[in-house]
Amino acid sequence: MWSSFAATVPTVTALIAGNAPNGLATQARISAEIAAIECAHPQVGFAETQPRLDYPPYRSSQLRHPTKDLVRADPEGLELWAPCFGGRDVHQLESDLTIQHKGQPIGERMVVTGRIVDGDGRPVRRQLIEIWQANAGGRYIHERDQHPSPLDPNFSGVGRCLTDDNGWYRFTTIKPGPYPWKNHHNAWRPAHIHFSLFGTEFTQRMITQMYFPGDPLFALDPILQSITDQRARDRLVAGYDHELTTHEWATGYRWDIVLSGSTRTPVENSDNGSGHR
Amino acid sequence: MSTLTATPGQTIGPFFGTALPFDGDNHLVPPGTAGAIQLHGVVTDGDGTPVPDALLEIWQADADGEIPSATGSLHRDGWTFTGWGRSATDGEGRYSFSTVAPGPTAPGSAPFICVTVFARGLLNRLFTRAYLPGDHLAGDRLLESIPAERRHTLTARRDRHGLRFDIRLQGDDETVFLRYPGH
Repeated sequence: MWSSFAATVPTVTALIAGNAPNGLATQARISAEIAAIECAHPQVGFAETQPRLDYPPYRSSQLRHPTKDLVRADPEGLELWAPCFGGRDVHQLESDLTIQHKGQPIGERMVVTGRIVDGDGRPVRRQLIEIWQANAGGRYIHERDQHPSPLDPNFSGVGRCLTDDNGWYRFTTIKPGPYPWKNHHNAWRPAHIHFSLFGTEFTQRMITQMYFPGDPLFALDPILQSITDQRARDRLVAGYDHELTTHEWATGYRWDIVLSGSTRTPVENSDNGSGHR
Repeated sequence: MSTLTATPGQTIGPFFGTALPFDGDNHLVPPGTAGAIQLHGVVTDGDGTPVPDALLEIWQADADGEIPSATGSLHRDGWTFTGWGRSATDGEGRYSFSTVAPGPTAPGSAPFICVTVFARGLLNRLFTRAYLPGDHLAGDRLLESIPAERRHTLTARRDRHGLRFDIRLQGDDETVFLRYPGH
């Protein structure tokens, strides 16, 4: 796996003392790989607004990215519509991750809210959002996460909500901690909340991660840096908003989300009330 | 045309297991009911190794080709066909849905099931289509735009319980993945 990448940037790999004693790459090596890709980025000639699928510094991507070009498809029939969710699917209390257990979770209570729109700025109404995250100590409830940081018996880190009629969502939660992982030696993910989003068309389906402003781990993280354009990376960083912060209760963050443009015509939209055909 | 730039995607990561799967997520219809089929397969990586931490979602028309607009996928009532389901792969990279074979959504069109693939190690979701096998495939616009030797990767195979559709993320026989306008 490593050799295939080395062939593309021989100068970098020759310069970097490669691995930590445990056999994992050092942060210096990963950072050099990130920098080499960043340097070559302007040669692409257009702004890359999405992550690269082939991004060797994120080691797990090497055997899991397609090597052939994606094939352009014009959405038809089914693809012009999205699955529908409603009050039967999501209870209002599921948007508060701090009230799911008997006690209060440990950590910085926070609110995150924002608006979901399509590429034309139209609100995505009454649609499902799912989130998941680590606790304040950076620990996930998962058998794969066994690093020595405590689980919080009062925090599961899972929430859902539906957007309102103007595309707004709002969650109350605990600010997650940074999280160590095994991509390389001494690898730490910047604190983040996973967001799963549906649009008004199937083709808008996406999963992403929201980050917090000013995190010192941004530059070291191959998952965030797989988005090679700084302006695009900035779209994943929430803004601290003191207007959303409440006295002696919770800090507030604002994060708006734009889904890819919709392709349905106005005529097709007018059918929406009576089933999808 | 779109005027705003879309928010970037990111990998689903390894820890979605407590958040996204739910009871009945892969049962669009109760297994064993009249007309129910199994849509199943294996997700593999560039070495042919099964991917045990992928998540697949499907979106499809009903047996009559009607595109569903009913809510209730997350708490299924056993009677309403919502057209949407979710299946995490197991330790051997296998996923499985209980559903119905979709009908054509327009006269003469080739029925297919929309598939979205997420996985740890996959930096953004991938889209593809699982076409039902049959004569109707000739003349399908998307299939005709793809080199003949790759078309079979978009066609499910009939087997004892229904339809088999494997997904190869990388390699010689890599599944055809789709890019929609605006992406």
